[in-house]
Formats: sequence, structure tokens, C-alpha cells
Amino acid sequence: MARLNQKEKINKLIIHTIIIIGGLTMLFPFAWMIITALKSYGESIMIPPTLFPQEIRLDNFQKAWNALPFIDLYTNTLLLIFWRVFFALVTSSMAGYAFGRIEFPGRNVLFSIVLIQMMLPPQIFIVPQYLMVAKLGWLNSITALVFPGLVSAFGTFLMRQFYKGIPKDIEEAAILDGCNHFTIFRKIMLPLSKNNLVALAIFTALFAYKELMWPLIANMSLEKMTLSSAIASLKGQYDTEFPVVMSASFIAMWPMLLLYIVFQKHFIQGIAFTGSKG
Amino acid sequence: MRVKSVNKQKASNYFWGYVMSAPSIIGLMILNIIPFFYTIYLSFTESDGLSAPTFVGVENFTRLASDSEVWLSVMNTLYYTVLSVPLGVFLSLLFAVFLNNKIKGVSIYRTIYFLPMVVAPAAIAMVWKWILNSQYGILNFLLSKLGIDNIGWLINSKMIIPSLAMVTIWSTLGYNLILILAGLKNIPETYYEAADIDGANGVRKFFHITIPLVSPMLFFVLITSLMAALKQFDYYYIMLDPSNPAIDKTQTILYLFYEYAFTINEKGYASAIVLLAFVIIMVFTALQFWMQKKWVHYE
Repeated sequence: MARLNQKEKINKLIIHTIIIIGGLTMLFPFAWMIITALKSYGESIMIPPTLFPQEIRLDNFQKAWNALPFIDLYTNTLLLIFWRVFFALVTSSMAGYAFGRIEFPGRNVLFSIVLIQMMLPPQIFIVPQYLMVAKLGWLNSITALVFPGLVSAFGTFLMRQFYKGIPKDIEEAAILDGCNHFTIFRKIMLPLSKNNLVALAIFTALFAYKELMWPLIANMSLEKMTLSSAIASLKGQYDTEFPVVMSASFIAMWPMLLLYIVFQKHFIQGIAFTGSKG
Repeated sequence: MRVKSVNKQKASNYFWGYVMSAPSIIGLMILNIIPFFYTIYLSFTESDGLSAPTFVGVENFTRLASDSEVWLSVMNTLYYTVLSVPLGVFLSLLFAVFLNNKIKGVSIYRTIYFLPMVVAPAAIAMVWKWILNSQYGILNFLLSKLGIDNIGWLINSKMIIPSLAMVTIWSTLGYNLILILAGLKNIPETYYEAADIDGANGVRKFFHITIPLVSPMLFFVLITSLMAALKQFDYYYIMLDPSNPAIDKTQTILYLFYEYAFTINEKGYASAIVLLAFVIIMVFTALQFWMQKKWVHYE
């Protein structure tokens, strides 16, 4: 028995060590970003590299701040996220309810459009979407950024799965009372699906924030870019000035990170949830 | 009276069914379905996006078939996928199993592993570009301490794809881990207790209980990782400069698509390339769904 305990202890120690090494590997690039951002250019390319800055320099942040219109970038990114989430929640919850709970002719045909979209890689739409936005004169605007994500096939699918699973008798009383489906949706179903909506919102926000190809082509002028595409635009121009690039990356990292720190539990649960339903 | 009210009920159902699904369906039609067919149309034309496209028949596809640059990019994409997906999913599973133990601070580790997911890929790419810098990068410095000489991570055409696969594994580990961990949490404790009574060891329990019961989630993670890998563009775009001579030898198919669509501005040929990418993704997804019968257990 004692030997078994010993073995268990060693097992735990090994697992702990691996998890800690893994954790340090995850954290190191971020630490290195911050350390580099605080160094002078000369120190950043010193060999051997200094683990801690000899003298802390904040002028890299100043330079980064001047190189990119960060206030605009933050605003654009937050507006992109806000509108994408707003439209995804409204359209997906309504359509998800219709597909999951209302019987109407052509329902399956229409729902197959949702399934088809989920199978197609988004880049297959990107040239026509770009031509549309260009033709409408929307290039370099928030509208252009939001445009391809006005509706969410994945969101519709996710909400439909949820509404489909709710027992039928919940709304029977309401139907006998003469309530129409929209009232049932608004008064009974929406409140029930709060967790799903939070999960969908987080999922939509994350992927809007991380998108790169569309913001790069839709908005070419710097003050209309997102944080992602603007950081990407630093390549070439500031390529060798690593402390400045690291400072800019550091400044750009915060919007989603702060949301994550505050709503950590929802993030983790939301992602796990979209996985289990998807 | 009753018939009338049933009819009325039906009419109301139809009405709300159409009205409530309309915004999504109209949106999908305009944003996705019509563009999909327009891409197919464009692939039979020559187009700069400004003047009207000229119909050229199957010219783009015959050009595609004999374009070694395209096929090299397909091979690069597959190579990148083979390097990043199996190892990435395996590591996620491994760490998920570790974190599923009753150890202190699990939620802190989970938070840390998930971090790269909430940082823009652009910022991640910039940091790794700096870490992997062959002259001043910290990684080469650390390796030099171990006696390993200067590796051109992002310069040497043999190293670029493995480097980017490594960054991909690092940045997606947490996301996949969260999903697999959710799957592990759903396995009833009683299965393991029964196995303990039968005297099964850890390895047996892992292969006979954990893997089969988590296999649907594992399959989901595999499919999403596969689709993401076959669509890789972001890290290439940021970490490799267009002036990098190795880029022609290492670019992925979607990077090539972007170049043709928006830099070289041959939107017709670009459409043919993206359709090829679509076919490849479809084939691999279908293959996965076909193979899942052999190893995925649904209850």
C-alpha cells in the first residue's frame, strides 16, 4: 500500500512538472514581448540577449503610439465586434427558433442553406463580397468591416439545436392562450436560451477580433483598420525595430484580453459549449 | 369553428416561420450563396475587378492544372497540415487528460493555456517572428547554448513550414484543450471505478474508457483543426515578407489565392485557385467523416 502511494506521488509530480513547463511555454512569448518592448533598440539586438532590460525605456510605447492611430483602431475593433455580435444574436436566435420549433413549408430546404454555408470555407466568398462592398462605395468604413458577418450560419445552427431540444409542452399553454410564435419566442424561449446567447456572443466576438484577411482588403486606410490588420501593416516598415513592434503588439493585445480576464468563466464555458453542440 | 381556428393557427405558424428565418436566410443568400456561385462564374473569366469580366472558358483551369506553383502550394498546405494537426490534437488531449486530474490550480493553468486564443494572431505572429529571428532571436541563442548552430527558422525554406506549424500548435493548444476537457468532464466517474475494481491500469483505462468516450469531441477538434490548417493564411502573411526568397517554395494555397486576388489582381485565376482549395477541404472533411465510423463512438 505504501508503495502504491509512493507511485501515485511520483505520477503526480511528473504531471505537475509537465503542466508547469507547458504553462511557462505558453507565457514566455508574452513575457518576451513585454521585456523587449522595454528595451532600447541597441539592447534588443545585443548578443547574448539580456533577460531583463538594463534600463527601462518607455519611448518605444511613445513611438508605437505615434506610428499607429490606436484610438481609431480600438474604436473600429470594438465597433466591429459589437455589430457582429448584435446581428449574430438577433438573426440567429430568431432563425434558430423558426427552424427548431415552427413547422412551415420549405423549412428543411431553407435550413439546408445554413448547413451548406457552414461547409464552405469563408475565403470562397471573399472576392465577390469585396466587389459588392466596392460597388456600394463602402470600402474603408465600419460597414465594410461588419458586412460579411451580418448573419451567422453557425449561430443559427447552434440556436436551432438548443430550441429543438426544449420539451414541447412548455409552450402549449401559451398557444392555447392564443399567443403567436413571436410572443412565445420573446417571452419564454429567449430567457431560456441566455447561456447559449452568451456562448454565441463570445464565439462571435473572438472570431471577429481575430479575423485578418477581410479587414486587410476591405479597409486599406490606416485609421479605418482593425487592431489586427494595423499590426500586420507594421511588417516591412518597422520590421527591424523590434522594441517598437513589440510595444505596438502589447498595446493591441488588451481589448480581448481584458474581456477575457473579467469574463474568464464565460469564455471557457462558452467555448466548451459551442464545441459540444457544434 | 375548430377547423377554422386550426387553419388560422397554421397560417400564423407559416407567417412567423418565414418572417423569423428571413433575416438569416436573406443574409446568407446575399453574403454567401450568391457569392459562391459568382466565384464559380469568375473562375471562367479574366477579371481585374474593375472592368467587366471577360469569359475565357476553362482557360483558368487548364492553366491551374499545369501551374507548378499552385501544386507546390497544395503540397505545402498538406505538409503544414500533417505537421500541425495530429501533433496539435495529441498534445491537446495529453494536457487535457493531465488537467482533468484533481490537482491544485487547474483553473489557473486553463486560463494560461487559453491565453493565445484571446490575442490577435497578428500580435502573436509578430512576437514569434522576433523569437524565431535567426540573428537576434532568443530561441537560437538558447539553442546555441546547447551547441545547436544558427537555424534559419523563417529564412531556410526547409524550416519555414515546421516553424509555422509549431507556432500554430502553440496558439491553438488552449482552444482544443478546453474543448477536450469539456468532453472528459462528461465521462461518468463510475466507469473508472468499475475499471479499478477489475484491476485495470492507467494506460488501459486511457485507451478503453477515455479515448472511446471522448472520441466525438476529439473528432470535432480534429475536423476544426484540419479545416483551419488547410485555410492557413495569417501567420504566412505576417511572419514572411514578400521579399523573402523562400516564400515561393513554402506558401500555402490560400496565401497564393490572396496574392492573385488582391496583389497581382487576377481575380478570375484567383477564383479558380480558391475553388481548388475548396475541393481539397471537402475531400479531407469527407475522408474524416468516412474514417470516423472506425473510431468514433456515439452513445
